[in-house]
Amino acid sequence: MNALVPLVVTIPLLGAAIALIFGQRPRVQIFVSLISLTLVTAIAAVLLVAVDQTGTVTVNVGGWAPPWGIVLVVDRLSAIMLLVSALMLLGVLIFAIGQGIVDDDNETPVSIFHPAYLVLSAGLFDAFVAGDLFNMYVGFEMLLAASYVLLTLGGTGARIRAGVTYIVISLMSSLLFVGAIALIYGATGTVTIALISERVRELPMGVQAILCAALLLGFAVKAAVFPLSFWLPDSYPTAPAPVTAVFAGLLTKVGVYAIIRTDTVMFVDVPLRIPLMVVAFFTLLVGIMGAVMQADIKRLLSFTLVSHIGYMIFGIAIGGDIALTATIFYVVHHIVVQTTLFLATGLVERVGGSTSISRLGGLLKAAPFVAVLFFLGALNLGGIPPFSGFLGKIGLFQAGVEEGSWLSYVLIAAGAATSLLTLYALARVWNMAFWRSRGEVEGYQSPLLESLAESPEDSGTVATKQTSRLMVGATTGMVGLTLLLTVFAGPIFGYAERAAAQVENVENYISAVFPEGSP
Amino acid sequence: MSASLTLVLLMSLMYAVGIYVMMERSLTRFLIGFLLVGNATNILIFLMSGPNGNAPLWTGGPEDADMVDPLPQILILTAIVINFGITAFVLALIYRTWWLAQLGDEGDTLPDDHAHDTEEDAEEAFRQVDEDDEAIQRVLDASNEHEDDPEPDPVQTARDTEVGR
Repeated sequence: MNALVPLVVTIPLLGAAIALIFGQRPRVQIFVSLISLTLVTAIAAVLLVAVDQTGTVTVNVGGWAPPWGIVLVVDRLSAIMLLVSALMLLGVLIFAIGQGIVDDDNETPVSIFHPAYLVLSAGLFDAFVAGDLFNMYVGFEMLLAASYVLLTLGGTGARIRAGVTYIVISLMSSLLFVGAIALIYGATGTVTIALISERVRELPMGVQAILCAALLLGFAVKAAVFPLSFWLPDSYPTAPAPVTAVFAGLLTKVGVYAIIRTDTVMFVDVPLRIPLMVVAFFTLLVGIMGAVMQADIKRLLSFTLVSHIGYMIFGIAIGGDIALTATIFYVVHHIVVQTTLFLATGLVERVGGSTSISRLGGLLKAAPFVAVLFFLGALNLGGIPPFSGFLGKIGLFQAGVEEGSWLSYVLIAAGAATSLLTLYALARVWNMAFWRSRGEVEGYQSPLLESLAESPEDSGTVATKQTSRLMVGATTGMVGLTLLLTVFAGPIFGYAERAAAQVENVENYISAVFPEGSP
Repeated sequence: MSASLTLVLLMSLMYAVGIYVMMERSLTRFLIGFLLVGNATNILIFLMSGPNGNAPLWTGGPEDADMVDPLPQILILTAIVINFGITAFVLALIYRTWWLAQLGDEGDTLPDDHAHDTEEDAEEAFRQVDEDDEAIQRVLDASNEHEDDPEPDPVQTARDTEVGR
């Protein structure tokens, strides 16, 4: 069982190497990527079951025991993150392959897509299984470096401009992260998370708070927490649709995952509740205000992405079993739904030739199936019962009520408002792009379309493109997954509850890493 | 914990200068700033390793007690390698930005722009881009720099698919 853990990182890396060698043969590349990600998905599923039944799995890489060696830790939280991200990566890969086939490999071009995609996967998985901070940093760097390549794919002017913002911000956050690791090493003499957790408690509270703040600052940039979220809506939407989908679904959630680890394992004593609640409040509201203003669907979704990170931060801020359960469930829900919606938008762009709601129309008639796919995702994101978005929010609000401070009531109000505004923004997309007939678009007057901001990179309506069965099939599969999340919400909530209990139990984490007592 | 004052001063200076340079709009300046701040961070990791001592080689003798902490050195080494890779990428990005600035909108070879073009139009557009690219390549060759372009060349790719059809 333990031998499976390093494989989630090594298989994609090996796949990336092979895909790079066969750069001139797209079919081999597709084959290698599919095999690698399918294998990882299978391993993640096995790990999930095993970890759920027998408890945390740890691996000392190279046989070196921590704190000298690198330790990989898979607990229930890591396992579910691994499985969900592997499924997302696989689904989006199939979508990208479909798009590549239709476009004759022009849009998702060139030999570099598959290797970069696999390196991104490896980095992502590495960050989830890392048992020491520095390894987590390496995982972050792997996925970021690959994301730079994917974001600037094709090297067109718009993508380079968007890429520069993203790359500069990401590099700054990485520097903050390494700086924080250096300071933590100076204070505790270790980078193993379990040992940090133990030793940090002996430090004066002031030092703890500074170390924690330094670390959280780096993660907050990645998770796009207000006020460090300004870069996201400017950089994500310009990438090709599948790339945006992966970024939106997964990259911010690595930041959220790291924040969960920081708050619950490493810096247990630091009182983060109030500062986190305040940033969650602003993340929720500022994000959704931005979303309401957008005419471009991709930008709109990017803003809702930022906004909904606030829910997760809210859950982390409250802490405790109920809130963490709801947070974990919400993270899973949000990864799946956000990725799906971006894929559906990718289909809309191909069918309608644009992503601006001021120019789209008649899509319900033109592409009824795509409309259904978008509709289901939109309802889910907006939190309409009985979808999983509703269940996640209910869980969070319940935890907030239980906590009972006036601040958490304010946040519940903000959360409900955000949910309604999300629904408003998405319903408007539905009204304009799908319900309005094609003939009405010219000279259409509506208060709904007043003072909307178009995307700065807007290039007007372009020719519509074919969608392949593979693309629609991949999106359908993902929508099916969001529905499964709703149908099997009970078992998943149960799992999230066990995962939260495990995350809360720090001693358990430490004894899993150091079975013979910590040094 | 004792630390070398010289290194602390050097680190502060590099952080200060690096962050100041990073504020510039120019990507090249940003890269210089990034390198300075990145290396300042490496010095920070080094400073955190504690007092100086013997080389971290396990001899089994009494001098092992004075061994320097080897872990930060590994961390620095890894950080250097990562910074090296990122630097290479940012250099490619700078080259690409410059290339686009030279060509203007011609540099954008998004297939959408040419969706309605006939075969000859596309040939013509790509020929111009090719010529510019070759001119740039000649300048680069003349200045004796590395020839490899780490970025996938869209023109080349487009041409390949043309041939493929």
